[in-house]
Amino acid sequence: MGTPVSSEVRRVDTAVPPETTRVDVASARAPRRTWTWLLAALVAVLAAQLVNMLVTNPHFEWDVVATYFRSETVLTGVVMTLFLTAAAMVIGLVLGGALVVCRMSANPVLRLVSSAYIWFFRGTPQLVQLIFWFNIGLLVPDIGLGIPFGPVFVSGAANDLITPMLAAIVGLGLHEAAYQAEIYRAGLLSVDEGQVEAAKALGMTPARMFFKIQLPQAMRFIVPPTTSAVIALAKGTSLVSVIGGAELLFAVQEIYSQTYQTVPLLIVASLWYLIITSVLNVMQFFVEQHYGRGATRGGSTSMIGRFLERRGSVRDLGVERGNES
Amino acid sequence: MSRTVLQVNALRKEFSGVEVLRGVDLQVEAGETVAILGSSGSGKSTLLRCINCLEVPSGGSVWLDGEIMGYQLEGNGTLRRLTERRIAAQRRRVGMVFQSFNLFPHWTVLKNISDGPQSVLGLSRSDAERRAMALLSRVGLKDRAGAYPRQLSGGQQQRVAIARALALEPTLLLFDEPTSALDPENVGEVTDVMSSLAGDGATMLVVTHELGFARAAADRVVFMDGGVILEQGSPTEVLDHAREQRTQDFVRRSVA
Repeated sequence: MGTPVSSEVRRVDTAVPPETTRVDVASARAPRRTWTWLLAALVAVLAAQLVNMLVTNPHFEWDVVATYFRSETVLTGVVMTLFLTAAAMVIGLVLGGALVVCRMSANPVLRLVSSAYIWFFRGTPQLVQLIFWFNIGLLVPDIGLGIPFGPVFVSGAANDLITPMLAAIVGLGLHEAAYQAEIYRAGLLSVDEGQVEAAKALGMTPARMFFKIQLPQAMRFIVPPTTSAVIALAKGTSLVSVIGGAELLFAVQEIYSQTYQTVPLLIVASLWYLIITSVLNVMQFFVEQHYGRGATRGGSTSMIGRFLERRGSVRDLGVERGNES
Repeated sequence: MSRTVLQVNALRKEFSGVEVLRGVDLQVEAGETVAILGSSGSGKSTLLRCINCLEVPSGGSVWLDGEIMGYQLEGNGTLRRLTERRIAAQRRRVGMVFQSFNLFPHWTVLKNISDGPQSVLGLSRSDAERRAMALLSRVGLKDRAGAYPRQLSGGQQQRVAIARALALEPTLLLFDEPTSALDPENVGEVTDVMSSLAGDGATMLVVTHELGFARAAADRVVFMDGGVILEQGSPTEVLDHAREQRTQDFVRRSVA
């Protein structure tokens, strides 16, 4: 049957109508998208109006923004915001890890306590928790260190111990841990069951299996929501101004309560928040690169990734990493 | 003179009320290759998974080299289940190859194979990697040591998985449908490696649908049906002269 088929193909070749050979799709133009372009033009006009308003509206007082942008009060506030974010995140990452281990443990007591914690700290507003920790002295007048139900070794008045900063770190950290535990859990559940079985079959101990097989693979699914959580946390530190913690928002409030330049100073704060979150976005890209090893055959899905790929730097990174292990 | 490596006694397993294994007795001698056949749901895979404690049996017992798997007999005669750490130590003597390969995707081929010898057996990194390279050339993939699993074909991945299982020098090798997830043109390269292992005297228990492999490489064929071993014997006895009607039907369906 082989020969007749090929002779048939040849016969089709010879029977080509001449007008079809004059057409070549290589010369084709893009389809008309009149409505899309009209919409785009409308959006462009609105955007131009917005930019124009930003530049020409005198109430923005850009000169005031420039004056205060790097003032000492503001910079101290920025540092405090960064410190609060870092401290609360460390608590969140560590305590969240402990919570997820309990949540996924075989022991019902640990599971119940962990679930109750997550239920409580995810179920009440962060602002309420912050005010609550700041006023913990009303509930527990003395805080001490000792044996449960037994003797107490050191103690002090809660009102002296709990400064706005400590209340902020504890409040933000405990809240973060509840979310972080769920992020970890989602990541661990995404690891294929076969990976666990293969690790077990190779005689890996549970600890090694967790740290070498499950966690590294879960990281691909843990990093993006964790970065979102850090970004949310960096912005969430502004709540601390309510209990008098001297972070970024509190700093600009302090200034505009005297100068009444509310709008430019809120812009100063916004610009700093944008800088902080943008830096976090870039860090996310590099962490994701690290944990994406072996996961894809190439092609970045993030804007930063496509930018760096075009510049060739990502390929170099990939080669380096391939050789190292 | 042959030594019993694996002894399975009256093994039972039920999943939420459904009995998947209903009293399996099986003995495997050192150097023997046993192929397990049977239609899906007959309990073949569950039997393998009970042997290396990936499943907890509901009854009966599994003995490897005279040691009960997953449990210990205490002085006063109490039988107590081992902790996961202790079970992990027992599993080191049983290698397992899975249907879906289950290589670790974040590690290179070399690391996949050398990690076990290094972390479990305590070999130095260079010794572990030397052993891994020797095993890779044995399965014909020496030049892919630096690749990640996802860059390999299914057949190549499964050969790496075999090398990984061999790296711990196990007493017993379990294969759970090792060619079922492969494209037809990749089956041969995997069964060739398995046949060569069988020829070199490895002790193997192979759940498979490849009658050709069972006929060529197995010393004994076991036919499972409905959670029990229906019959067993040499490949010719089971595949060509089966006593049971169900075995004959299975063989006829599998060839067609």
